[in-house]
Amino acid sequence: MAIGKKPKLAVWKFSSCDGCQLSLLDCEDELLQLAASVEIAYFLEATRAQIRGPYDISLVEGSIATPEDVERICQVRRQSKKLITIGACATAGGIQALRNFKDVDQFIQAVYAHPHYIDTLATSTSIGNHVSVDFELRGCPIDKHQLLEVLSAFLNSRKPNVPRYSQCIECKQAGTVCVMVAQGIPCLGPVTQAGCGNLCPRCRRGCYGCFGPKETPNTASLSHWFEQLGMPPREIQHAYRSFNANAPEFRKESERYD
Amino acid sequence: MTKPRSRTVKVNALARVEGEGALYVSIKGDAVQEVKFRIFEPPRFFEALLQGRLYSDAPDITARICGICPIAYMLGACQAMEDALGVVLPQPLQDLRRLIYCGEWIQSHVLHTYLLHAPDFLGYEDSIRLSHDYPGVVERALELKKTGNRIMEVVGGRAVHPVNLKVGGFYSVPRRQTVRELIEPLNWALEAALATVRLFAGFDFPDYRYDYTCVSLRQPEEYPITQGRLVSNRGLDIPIDQFTAHFSEEHVAHSNALHGRMNGGEAYLVGPIARYNNNFDTLSELARQSAREAGLEPVCDNPFQSIIVRAVETLYACEEALRLANAYEEPDAAAVEIVPHAGEGHGCTEAPRGICYHRYRLDEAGRIVEAQIVPPTSQNQKQIERDLWGVVEKNLDLAEDKLKWRCEQTIRNYDPCISCATHFLKLTLDRS
Repeated sequence: MAIGKKPKLAVWKFSSCDGCQLSLLDCEDELLQLAASVEIAYFLEATRAQIRGPYDISLVEGSIATPEDVERICQVRRQSKKLITIGACATAGGIQALRNFKDVDQFIQAVYAHPHYIDTLATSTSIGNHVSVDFELRGCPIDKHQLLEVLSAFLNSRKPNVPRYSQCIECKQAGTVCVMVAQGIPCLGPVTQAGCGNLCPRCRRGCYGCFGPKETPNTASLSHWFEQLGMPPREIQHAYRSFNANAPEFRKESERYD
Repeated sequence: MTKPRSRTVKVNALARVEGEGALYVSIKGDAVQEVKFRIFEPPRFFEALLQGRLYSDAPDITARICGICPIAYMLGACQAMEDALGVVLPQPLQDLRRLIYCGEWIQSHVLHTYLLHAPDFLGYEDSIRLSHDYPGVVERALELKKTGNRIMEVVGGRAVHPVNLKVGGFYSVPRRQTVRELIEPLNWALEAALATVRLFAGFDFPDYRYDYTCVSLRQPEEYPITQGRLVSNRGLDIPIDQFTAHFSEEHVAHSNALHGRMNGGEAYLVGPIARYNNNFDTLSELARQSAREAGLEPVCDNPFQSIIVRAVETLYACEEALRLANAYEEPDAAAVEIVPHAGEGHGCTEAPRGICYHRYRLDEAGRIVEAQIVPPTSQNQKQIERDLWGVVEKNLDLAEDKLKWRCEQTIRNYDPCISCATHFLKLTLDRS
């Protein structure tokens, strides 16, 4: 990035719910400061102004779900010095990747009167499946503090401090009582990446895996514990099949229950 | 005779809306030939994805239809499941649901009015550029929005896709002290909301009126948020389980979202103006007074004034949240116990953008056999096209770029959530 010139930030949307882009607008205390330190060059949800690329940093939300998406993500990559994917759709294909386990033509016919109007791919996949990605920020939705950390790291050419360890570590650090040990509630915490702030166990609920797999998760062992708790096989499969169903570690584990 | 001049207004990617949409208007001479509000947000097939899942999965999965109004989906799904399973929530848990919904109204309305819509009235490309000239206004907006998000965090665990809601109630209820801590920021928010109504009242509103068919929920005692009967200003008054008997969707070539219409084929309006027009009498005294001072009549027929109506509703939501927070005592139980069985149920709430209807059929194990979700933006699509038609006809003398901007502003009157609208309704009728 040239000295004295503000870096250009672009925010792109693919198939998604807009929640991760919204996390940027939800940085109420930091938004104006952020806007002062970068040039918001393309952010359709927030502005009708569009400044041409190349862009120093592109944030990409959403999954690749249509033939047009495939072309567009390649264009975005070409125009972006650094490309950061944000959220479960962009990093794993999102909830819409549940279609990857079913026949998409049947889906279209179930929903639309005129299936030939609809142009869609049979799968929903992560951005990283199509182009090289400089950093993947997890979460459904992402955590806004982690987003600010990643942006700050890239703006200062340093490595983001985003842990890859499990939710369990976060619970222990916060002193949250383990819902699985203490109450026998099935919890994906042992195989899920930290970062949300152990939200679910704090509400006396098991983690539902919205931050996706931690590094080297032992899913087989956790599923064994779920069986011990009396969870039926189909429920175990569905536990892995939500927002990060197409993340390789979760997909593989859920397929053991096919 | 000279050939009438042909013009087209095209916006290939609409800004300051949630999701991906486009606009195409063709004009010949002084006549509008065609208007197409296109939704090209990719389909996500929620209704198909839900089949085979347990009833209890529906709130968290459907929340992902929209990151801006997840409560509308979570509570619509919860309500429908509770209806199917014969469960009624005790009042304290219903109050807690109303409280979190007030949080969603506040953050969603403030996001739309200040950050997405107000720049149109003041001639700015976006709110960041607006903040250079009016820093205090944008700072107030962000603080107000934060108050809404804070309610969602206290009751739901987080602002986007809350984790604490479930069929039957909540996983845990917030501590009394934590809810009480909302009171101080809400007292500030109430004043900020009053100032917001006054600020928006001073905008210039393009001259355009329409005699809308307004559809909303209605309750005799309070302004509708979480429940009510379905009513219209043309005499409709039905329980929500009759929704599909009166409303349907059609699949048109230019949109990935099904178009909602009344069974006579008529377009209708849902959202703040429809709610306000049908329920002015149940608004609080303060909200009614502030609406009058802002120049609104009890019936609003200028869609550009929806920005004032949203500010009035933000004010009301702050008042309601304050009332509920002041009265809050920790309920004895966080949820009602559920015993799954076969059944069919309906849910309908007032999302910030209008009524959001859910219907599910369950098998004996409580698994979803069939799901139908009708989001507000798909219901408004047909009316959006009507408004565009009328606005273009009235503004044919505007220069291209001004006319284009005016069209965009017309669409933004609806706060369209395009991500929501593309999440598909199961269509059972093929009219071709």
